[in-house]
Amino acid sequence: MSDEHALRILVAKPGLDGHDRGAKIIARALRDAGFEVIYTGLHQTPEMIAEAAVQEDVDAVGLSILSGAHMTLFPKIIELLRAKGLEEVPVFGGGIIPDEDIEELKKAGVCEVFTPGASTKNIVQWIKDNVADRA
Amino acid sequence: MATNPSRGGAAKADGDPVSPRFSTISGSEVEECYGPGQVESGSEDIGAPGEYPFTRGVYPSMYRGKRWTMRQFAGFGSAQDTNNRFKYLMAEGSNGLSTAFDMPTLMGYDADAERALGEVGREGVSVSTLEDMEELFAGIRLDEVTTSMTVNGSASSLLAMYLGVAERQGCKWQDLGGTIQNDMLKEFIAQKEWICPPEPSVRIVTDMIEFCAEHAPRWHPVSISGYHIREAGSTAVQELAFTLADGIAYVQAAVERGLDPDRFGPRLSFFFNVHNDFLEEIAKIRAARRIWARVMRERFGAKTDRACMLRTHAQTSGVSLTAQQPLNNVVRVAVQALAGVLAGVQSLHTNSLDETLALPTEEAVTVALRTQQILAEESGVANTVDPLGGSWAIEALTDRMEREAMEYITRIDDMGGMLRAVEIGFPQREIADAAFNFQMASDAGEYVTVGVNGYRMDAPGGKVETLKIGLDLEERQRTRVIAFKAARDADAVRAALERITSAARSGENVMPPVVEAVRAGCTVGEISDVYREVFGVYGDPAWI
Repeated sequence: MSDEHALRILVAKPGLDGHDRGAKIIARALRDAGFEVIYTGLHQTPEMIAEAAVQEDVDAVGLSILSGAHMTLFPKIIELLRAKGLEEVPVFGGGIIPDEDIEELKKAGVCEVFTPGASTKNIVQWIKDNVADRA
Repeated sequence: MATNPSRGGAAKADGDPVSPRFSTISGSEVEECYGPGQVESGSEDIGAPGEYPFTRGVYPSMYRGKRWTMRQFAGFGSAQDTNNRFKYLMAEGSNGLSTAFDMPTLMGYDADAERALGEVGREGVSVSTLEDMEELFAGIRLDEVTTSMTVNGSASSLLAMYLGVAERQGCKWQDLGGTIQNDMLKEFIAQKEWICPPEPSVRIVTDMIEFCAEHAPRWHPVSISGYHIREAGSTAVQELAFTLADGIAYVQAAVERGLDPDRFGPRLSFFFNVHNDFLEEIAKIRAARRIWARVMRERFGAKTDRACMLRTHAQTSGVSLTAQQPLNNVVRVAVQALAGVLAGVQSLHTNSLDETLALPTEEAVTVALRTQQILAEESGVANTVDPLGGSWAIEALTDRMEREAMEYITRIDDMGGMLRAVEIGFPQREIADAAFNFQMASDAGEYVTVGVNGYRMDAPGGKVETLKIGLDLEERQRTRVIAFKAARDADAVRAALERITSAARSGENVMPPVVEAVRAGCTVGEISDVYREVFGVYGDPAWI
């Protein structure tokens, strides 16, 4: 992470579930850790998230989902990001996601998946270790 | 091998004792020992069970007269999948139905809508049409069960469909018992499945209260819910205060509509969380009854005891369950369920041990139901009413709950009531702050969750099988809804939707035209589209 430019992280809530406790905690914890955080709010379509990633020129995209639709929505978002030329922007995620789905999601291009019980410190550290400044 | 946290009596590296915390999970300090000096309430505040202000319970004989209803929330996949689960639960001794709908249904989208992509039948059952609803309750006489339906923004459509199924079964509306959640204020505060902005949403809730008082007098048209507020990260006091403030807003709206609180008051029901902190949770529910009784009598002038009784469902806390060492969840659920029973709830859902991983399997649901049956049949706690009443600790904690909740309720009154408070995001921010503070305290090891930040195991063990919902379900539902729509009388559908539009615009009660529309084959999505067109769409303000 460069000193002049804080990493810009998009925290996004795809799908229709309203469980935003985790996303909001992560958004605050990342902000407190010195990142610039853009939070989309709830009920975003994959198109809205990909568009926000472009508009906000983010360095990484974090997806939170607890509706069970991750196997449909995560790959769709990655596909749209690639189509918009953001193939190098890392995507990470969290939520109620079974272990066997995590393997599949990683094959589809999700860099890391945090499940219930993950601490905010681990997530901050993962970003510091894995997200590069694109600016 | 377990790694133990250093906390409360454990030793630091240098051998000095750690300064112990003796506070509840909500952060309230608890005294070393309670005595009569800490109890503020007198005998008129505590009273007797079945007597105003109902601190000790709403009925004189409580579970000796009628055991609590074991009402297990269920819903996944297709209507037929959930119908099978309902029948299984009833065969195993569950005596009330409780329906979980999927996210598209809750947000007012049909299974064939673009917004439903990936979500059909995943977090609940998919219901778009009267045909789906009929299949959901196939073989279950609606005048012989009581049904709870967890649906809010699209509640008017789903209630109309339930009434429609009852008609087709030959049941009378006045014989239908059950509850529709329909608590829109807490949607904006916590659960966040909405369609329109707060003000028209509350207007539709009030329409439903009015309609049910007239046409389905045994039905509970709103279940004022703290459960989701707590799950979103509130403290126990916030859960109590915001729930009752929501209740006050609905009663106020109904009274302004000219309805009599003695008539509709007995049909209001409540829904609280039972979280980990055993004594705090019991105190919370006892305080809820006392505050509500006073609100109904003193603020709204209710004359009958029945209108002042807070009757409540409770559910054990989903967020307290852990993915790590999941078998431990059975113990958490048992302790929470015991708190609910000792607090005198009228019905109870016990969570399944695997719910932090996926929707529950039949085996996990069975353990959850058996937990309640063990409490009822084996533990003996249901033999006597409010056995903890008169305990100095319980009464002092009940008093503090009441005092702190009333401070919040007064602040909300000063803002102009809960509708205004929600519009400016007051409860939302209070909850987000509490959730963040808890997470920070948890990350710092101040709160220990067994198996997560203490007593961890390298090999977590106890891996449980989870329920799988195939991706083919969504395609089947989509095809089914498209076929249903194609087979209808399109002119009748259009005319029925226009009648809803006209009622929505004029301020007439929307329920009669919604009931008609469902009979004409209108879907959840189409009726919700009318609301979106007339009232506008609510977008998340995305406060963090």
